Amino acid sequence: MVRPGFDAEVSNHGRALRVVLAYLARRTITLIPLLLGITFVSFVVIQAAPGSPVELMVDMNPDASPELRQRLEQYWGLDQPIHVQYWRWLQRLAVGDFGTSFAADQRPVLDKITEALPITLLLNALSLAFILLMSIPIGVYSATHRYSALDRVTTVLVFLGFAMPTFWLALLCMMLFGVELGWLPISGLQSLQHEQLSTFGRFVDRARHLVLPVVISSVTSLAGLSRYMRSSMLEVVRQDYITTARSKGLSERVVIYRHALRNALLPVVTILGLSVPGLIGGAVIFETMFAIPGMGRLFYDSVMQRDYMVVMGVLVMGAVLTLVGNLLADIMYAIVDPRLRR
Amino acid sequence: MIAIAARLRKNSLAVLGAGIVATLFVIALLAPVLAPYDTGEIDAKNVLSAPSWEHPLGTDGLGRDVVSRMIYGARISLLVGFVSAGLACVIGLVLGALAGYFGGWLDTVLMRFVDIMLCFPSFFLILAVIAYLNASIWNIMFVIGVTSWMGVCRLVRAEFLTLKQRDFMMAAEALGAPPRRVILRHGLPNAVAPVFVSFVLGVAGAILTESALSFLGIGVQPPDPSWGNILTEGKSTIEVAWWLSLYPGLAILVTVLGYNLLGEGLRDVLDPRLRER
Repeated sequence: MVRPGFDAEVSNHGRALRVVLAYLARRTITLIPLLLGITFVSFVVIQAAPGSPVELMVDMNPDASPELRQRLEQYWGLDQPIHVQYWRWLQRLAVGDFGTSFAADQRPVLDKITEALPITLLLNALSLAFILLMSIPIGVYSATHRYSALDRVTTVLVFLGFAMPTFWLALLCMMLFGVELGWLPISGLQSLQHEQLSTFGRFVDRARHLVLPVVISSVTSLAGLSRYMRSSMLEVVRQDYITTARSKGLSERVVIYRHALRNALLPVVTILGLSVPGLIGGAVIFETMFAIPGMGRLFYDSVMQRDYMVVMGVLVMGAVLTLVGNLLADIMYAIVDPRLRR
Repeated sequence: MIAIAARLRKNSLAVLGAGIVATLFVIALLAPVLAPYDTGEIDAKNVLSAPSWEHPLGTDGLGRDVVSRMIYGARISLLVGFVSAGLACVIGLVLGALAGYFGGWLDTVLMRFVDIMLCFPSFFLILAVIAYLNASIWNIMFVIGVTSWMGVCRLVRAEFLTLKQRDFMMAAEALGAPPRRVILRHGLPNAVAPVFVSFVLGVAGAILTESALSFLGIGVQPPDPSWGNILTEGKSTIEVAWWLSLYPGLAILVTVLGYNLLGEGLRDVLDPRLRER
């Protein structure tokens, strides 16, 4: 079935694209029930809270007047049966109405989220890129130089990485690079004099602020993915087509990087998608520690202030982000795996 | 059991893991004997003092002995790890067995539910629940448990799907055993081995989560000592008291490493097919 030489390249491209698009459309449709499920679970979490949201809100806010109370009750439709409440909440979500923050600023939750989201997305994108760039060479090297000294060292590091309380690592790195050596800033996304810097200076300033959060938040996934890359590679080099490639007299380089690596990458793409929720969840810790105003920090602050509406909004958004991450992993998979196109 | 222990002994990393875990058990059990001071005992003359003979790992901002607090912290982490992972395994076993054995719409509903739960970054879900409940050690254990059962559920379901085709299960059914009996007497005993591995690894995960939550101030609350909440103080005194930041984190690292090594070793022994994965 797989006879690449016999495929007419040009006509094949159009067909392949169509098939990929159809596959993605199918995949996107299956996300709809998941999306509904996410909102449902989030809703249940609201309902499971002791006391009605209104009471909780009024308790938190000493200035709450009876009018506010009444308005809130109406807003939540608390006099309605539960499925009507859910349906109304869903309708509001659908048009991007996440409610209003309880905090003193009383801003719409959506505004707060749209402010914080790009920062978290940037951090996560950089982390994912860093994880990929590091774990693939490490995994390939470990697999091709099995039981060598460096393979053993990375194995030990992988075990340590898995067991690492990353917030502690962050603490140590802040102590070492921030306080002792003074090499890197440990708070915020930019320096106070950021605006006065040249374009290049601003870029360097940003980069310096991002180094520690990005690298440290990658540690756990990096350990996992390197390990996975190694075993995936070991699995692939045992296959017949690798033996064939070698017996054709291809150089080891070509065999490893053109034949083996491409196949070994397939399962890794899936694992990468699975590491998205971990990264987003980890944002709570790192953004709080490094004072970065992203989704994680927003979430933590809202939890501490019991800013109910923001908590719900971020919870839903976090899950949606995970879904999108998984979808992106699927798209990558479809691009990398030719079998899906045939 | 004996056979497993014998095979486990050949895996030196697993033995190391088991040694760490056993040592932690002893420390937790003998905490009152081992701890040189009481966890709340304040030594006002030695506030934030560096490690010395008097206080081997130094003291904190209130002049409390760090090594004593860490020894009692071992109890907390052990408790949280076992209860959370245990709860997760029980939920996963029950739902996984139901989904795998009965199949059909029940299976579809449960597996979709698993997919949905996996979409939530677990840290977000935990924090959201903590926002409404008060942060206490019992709430933490409960929340970690109910947000980490999905892996076990999938595992048990898969086991049951294959077990259902096995002769002894069919024989039990043919003899008229009710589903409850088939699941409990014939199915579960054959499905627990991989769950045991998940449990050990789950303990490690729960300890990490608890320490992170306590570090953020929403886990175990002071004055109760936990490795995570000692580190909270470490963060605020990072420039003057390195010992508050170093040792508790090291304890977490070694503990989690121990459970991970033991878990991986058990996996190799229980299921040779998974080796090198």
